[in-house]
Amino acid sequence: MSIVLDRLRERFPADVVSTHSDFGDDTALVRRERIVEILAFLRDDPALLFDFAMDLTGVDYLGEEPRFEVVYHLYSLEKKRRVRIKVRLHEEDPVIDTAVAVWPGINWYEREAWDMYGIVFRGHPNLKRILMYEAFEGHPLRKDYPKAKRQPTIGPEE
Amino acid sequence: MAEPVDITANGGTPDLQAEPMLINIGPSHPATHATLRFQAKLDGETILDLVPEFGYLHRGFEKESEAATWTQVVPYTDRLNYVSPLMNNVGYAMAVEKLCGIEITDRCKYVRVIISELSRIIDHMVCIGTNMVDLGALTNFWYFWKPREEVYFLIEELCGQRLTTSYTRIGGAMADLPAGWTDRVLAVCRGVIPECIADVNALLTKNRIFIERTMGVGPITAKDAIALGFTGPCLRAAGVPLDLRKDEPYLVYDRFDFDIPIGEAGDTCDRYLVRMEEMRQSLRIIEQAIAQLPGGPIDIDDPRFILPSKELVYGNIEALMNHFKFIMEGVKVPAGEVYSATEAANGELGFYIVSRGGGGPYKIKVRPPCFPLFQGIPHLVKGQMIADLIATLGSVNIIAGELDR
Amino acid sequence: MAVRIEKDGAPGYALTTLESLIAWGRKYSLYPFTFATACCGIEVMGAFGTHYDLSRFGAEVVRFSPRQADVLLVAGTINYKMAPVLKRIYDQMLEPKWVISMGACACSGGFYNNYTVLQGIDKIVPVDVYIPGCPPNPEGIIDAVVRIQKIIETGAPRAADRWPIK
Ligand code: SF4
Repeated sequence: MSIVLDRLRERFPADVVSTHSDFGDDTALVRRERIVEILAFLRDDPALLFDFAMDLTGVDYLGEEPRFEVVYHLYSLEKKRRVRIKVRLHEEDPVIDTAVAVWPGINWYEREAWDMYGIVFRGHPNLKRILMYEAFEGHPLRKDYPKAKRQPTIGPEE
Repeated sequence: MAEPVDITANGGTPDLQAEPMLINIGPSHPATHATLRFQAKLDGETILDLVPEFGYLHRGFEKESEAATWTQVVPYTDRLNYVSPLMNNVGYAMAVEKLCGIEITDRCKYVRVIISELSRIIDHMVCIGTNMVDLGALTNFWYFWKPREEVYFLIEELCGQRLTTSYTRIGGAMADLPAGWTDRVLAVCRGVIPECIADVNALLTKNRIFIERTMGVGPITAKDAIALGFTGPCLRAAGVPLDLRKDEPYLVYDRFDFDIPIGEAGDTCDRYLVRMEEMRQSLRIIEQAIAQLPGGPIDIDDPRFILPSKELVYGNIEALMNHFKFIMEGVKVPAGEVYSATEAANGELGFYIVSRGGGGPYKIKVRPPCFPLFQGIPHLVKGQMIADLIATLGSVNIIAGELDR
Repeated sequence: MAVRIEKDGAPGYALTTLESLIAWGRKYSLYPFTFATACCGIEVMGAFGTHYDLSRFGAEVVRFSPRQADVLLVAGTINYKMAPVLKRIYDQMLEPKWVISMGACACSGGFYNNYTVLQGIDKIVPVDVYIPGCPPNPEGIIDAVVRIQKIIETGAPRAADRWPIK
């Protein structure tokens, strides 16, 4: 068992739903309520020190309940460790607190997750579309968005 | 007619601090590499605020790959960072192999190192070359273009295409190295590239104009760079020696002797110097890798992942069926999720892959190195001159293909 | 155009029409505007670079302002966010103007067939020459420039004259 997951479970016994280390990647599925606290703990705990937020993305597990997942990938420069934190969100209420206060660099990742999956990051300073244009309707990476459904900005309709 | 300005109104001194000016730069602007856009708020020439915008090259990589088989994704990865496509191929193949639990052959590992380092060199060349074009020093670009063409000839020999390589396969490569290829690589690495690096070095590194134009321009501290998620040469220029080739040695990087250059101020000049030194280090790695290159097969010996050879396909019904299933359904990859990171030319290139079994990926997320770098641009240039924006933007090397995906 | 030189070496005279003189002048002074968005743009750089050297064909003065350019070279994927920009740039160019569509993406969307990629720029601007390939080699670009020169020389109708295609 990895030290990261141990520390995490010790500190937040009620919030960690499950953990695994498949393929050598430490992973923890946590509840969304205290996500900012958990991330700040991972960053600040002297034994962990995850100072890089490498990646954030959403995943759409259409047909499962809860439907959406937010995935954080963290890296610790000093300990040379990685961890993956996952949070499940329900379709009717895909809302999670923003982590911009913990890592300013996570800002655009959250905007991308909103743009692509429609996941709302509560308290985000500027939650706007980032890759698509403002007039675009829907969230293209959701599994129920047809791959070639176009919304042309100009030119003949297809 | 404009109103005449009454300079006596303000006690004799004209009020030059008028309203801030809003200016739009891009998306089609020679210095924004065609698809980036900024809205700048200027006071005179000083940047008060900067809002980057992108997405003008969003091509739906993730949606496309969700509809493709595992092998069909490889060509899409070429188009992420099209300046060094071989490195993306390697990153993707490693991620899938991690998911399948494949241990590739030693020869394949060395080949992947060689092609990665060649790509790193040409990537840095384009970065420095175009950066200098933006600053008005066109000559360097031509000096760097010559070795690039030489490397393109090598790549074309290797995989049949200059740019869109699609060289790696899950568990190996498209083909083994052509005969005598390594000698030609060595000839280019010894005869052409060092000379061009030396030329550009002589033109720039001690050039007064260059130094004035880049030193102290677009600086960042190590702490801010980490908080913003910078990786690669931009982070190392700020003095943080993070390089996955050393810190999480993948392939066979732990068998080579090379150094990680770091800078101090994290400014444009440091980024340039770090890139120049990295090219020299990459040459060292290539030399050692070719010296140690083992023989043997390049593909693993596992019919679950590797296509049967053409002779078998044409002469054997079982192989033919196997081939057919392979192409139509794709490689069977077990269910699970992995994140695999490699050190690309711009920084950490990560692939987060979710598989639910079956022939294609359920979800692929690329962590492009440019993404946080581009996010950090306002931080780098706020309070500086508008012309410094151009110098800074060129030096962090934003590749729209992987930024927008 | 007929040229006559006296036998003793004295300057002769040339017979031509004004149109063909202008066409001759235009032919070797094409100013391309490279609208390079993606991977194909790298090959455009290669075409202007030392090895392929497009300037041999009188088209090396790249203009980054559409108002000064004659040829719009669209190299790379155009998505729906970019399409209005491309249209606007085309409209800003002065007549006469020609358009080269470089690469599978610009011609037809290439192997991107999804919610964001425009399926060929000829949906929004008239295209004179298509270059196939993903990416086309720099030779392809040179060939396209030569073809544009042919169009100018022969006075063949431009795509814009047939636009929009019914
Ligand atoms: S045609 Fe191919 S090389 Fe050109 S922009 Fe499209 S994907 Fe890139």
